[in-house]
Amino acid sequence: MAKPFSPKVVTANALLEGDVVYLTADDRWTRHLSEAEILYDKGQADLRLMQADGQPDAVVGVYLAEVQPGPNGPEPAHFREDFRRTGPSNYPHGKQAEPSDV
Amino acid sequence: MYDYNEFDAAFVAERNRQFRAQVERRVAGHLTEDEFRPLRLMNGLYLQLHAYMLRVAIPYGTLDSRKMRQLAHIAERWDKGYGHFTTRQNIQFNWPRLNDVPDILDALAEVEMHAIQTSGNTIRNVTADHFAGAAADEIADPRPVAELIRQWSTDHPEFQFLPRKFKIAITGSPNDRAVTRAHDIGLRMVERDGKPGFEVIVGGGLGRTPMIGKVIRDFLPQADLLPYLEAIVSVWNLLGRRDNKFKSRIKITVHEHGIDDIRTRVEERFEMLRPTFSGIDQTLFKEIKAAFAPPALHDRATAGFESAYRTDPVFRSWCDTNLAAHRAPDHAIVQISLKAHGATPGDASATQMRVMADLAERYGHDELRISHEQNVILPHVHKSDLPAVHASLRDAGLATANIGLVSDIIACPGMDYCALATARSIPIAQEIATRFDELKLEHEIGALKIKISGCINACGHHHVGHIGILGLDRAGVENYQITLGGDGSEAAALGDRTGPGFSAAEIIPAIERIVHAYLDHRTDPQETFLQTYRRLGMAPFKAALYDEVEAYAAQ
Repeated sequence: MAKPFSPKVVTANALLEGDVVYLTADDRWTRHLSEAEILYDKGQADLRLMQADGQPDAVVGVYLAEVQPGPNGPEPAHFREDFRRTGPSNYPHGKQAEPSDV
Repeated sequence: MYDYNEFDAAFVAERNRQFRAQVERRVAGHLTEDEFRPLRLMNGLYLQLHAYMLRVAIPYGTLDSRKMRQLAHIAERWDKGYGHFTTRQNIQFNWPRLNDVPDILDALAEVEMHAIQTSGNTIRNVTADHFAGAAADEIADPRPVAELIRQWSTDHPEFQFLPRKFKIAITGSPNDRAVTRAHDIGLRMVERDGKPGFEVIVGGGLGRTPMIGKVIRDFLPQADLLPYLEAIVSVWNLLGRRDNKFKSRIKITVHEHGIDDIRTRVEERFEMLRPTFSGIDQTLFKEIKAAFAPPALHDRATAGFESAYRTDPVFRSWCDTNLAAHRAPDHAIVQISLKAHGATPGDASATQMRVMADLAERYGHDELRISHEQNVILPHVHKSDLPAVHASLRDAGLATANIGLVSDIIACPGMDYCALATARSIPIAQEIATRFDELKLEHEIGALKIKISGCINACGHHHVGHIGILGLDRAGVENYQITLGGDGSEAAALGDRTGPGFSAAEIIPAIERIVHAYLDHRTDPQETFLQTYRRLGMAPFKAALYDEVEAYAAQ
């Protein structure tokens, strides 16, 4: 039997800044994982990935990242995605340095 | 210091002009990322986890104050106020914006620097002994040769689409500080019958399949260098595996065909190529050599140094660990540690870069070097100036006395920055350094090189660390494997794996147990960690790591 599909989000880096971004349900690119659209089935995920891939003027390096749905939206399923969501651990740079209410 | 001639300046300017247009076309949507990626990589621009990263070459690790100040300016104007010096004598900026990169490249060109061939399947930045031109044990300065190779390899039409990247290192000293045996080609300057030449080593490398290089020619006359290098690279260019990225490096080609077969092919090719080198390379080499004329050293008394050494214990400790022997006995090679306990190995702030530039200009004949061990060197400092140099370094947080000690750790950027990494390296280095500083043991432990990589590609040289640490992803958790007994010197050796790895929480105590086992087993304080390991082998260290956890935890 095929493995059940684990929930995903579409993620990429912003073309100009390189910031980690996520695709929202209303087709925006957000800096916040909590606002990302969670994709629960493979067909939908592949479609959203394709749509995201068609925006080379906005983003680069589009892929599907595994997440776990939580009370405050998607949470990273792997530590790599957790670092991407936060920023490096040696300096308060990257997302952790940005105000969270924008 | 080599200065760009008109050709060099025009070449870099043209490449920058092309890249500016390429960035514009990418941003305007006329180039896809698939089309743009090889173009940006040709100019050292990567996309990492959180941002772009620009890798700038510091050819053979040599800089002057003007170049260093420009790096500081770039760090402040277009990045976050710091730069990261790497194990390949490059500097990486971790946060540039794509549309700023053309301006950064122009700023680099103003001081005769560039990011060309710091990425991609080309011949990369040629690295050299960081004590070049100053070391007491040196036969000859390797930098003119490195510059000759840089000019030959830059934009070499035959070698822009190699099977994989290709790295060349060169040393002019019998004590190998350039890790020549872990490079695709390693060159050791030697003399035979009074004539200068090279021992040529081929097929070394770290990464997922680490290999110690093999001697392909024990003596190559100096004038034959470029045709011989061209022969090696062109043999590999045809023979190297393009079907499998993991088997494409020349180390695999040498391993699969055998060094004798490769030697025969290279010699054949060399016979064909040699007549095509008209001698222009030798004319050029003479000109380059003149640019690296040694500085006129001062002849002054060293009494001030001696009295400071006697009376100031902090200065004395710094001298004992951070100075190396200069060929002129009244001079010293100053090693500036970028490994303050708890700091990120290899990082320097713009302010620190300027301090180092000022010191080089004022006290060091305007010369700076970057070492593959991620430190900065002032190669020519008169001993009488050392107290002043030390005082300035101390004020800038740059006087950590730990060169070659347990906290002088090489660490790749790891998963804090790198898109390829499987685990973090920097926090492990920070914690080890902080822990041994707390224990106040590192001077008692003595010479001990710890090297950490955050993935199997081994940018942190873990295979040749006396203690090597490799960060992996084991079932979604960071896990750290340990190797012991590696050595990057002329007696190069690959470390042996101790056994199962450790979690991020367990790795620091594990390293501590290894070090305590060494202190327990060494014959006397003069026996280094590496010597003890070579004498006793793995057994006592393995026992300390896996069987005697409780006993060592009590220490």
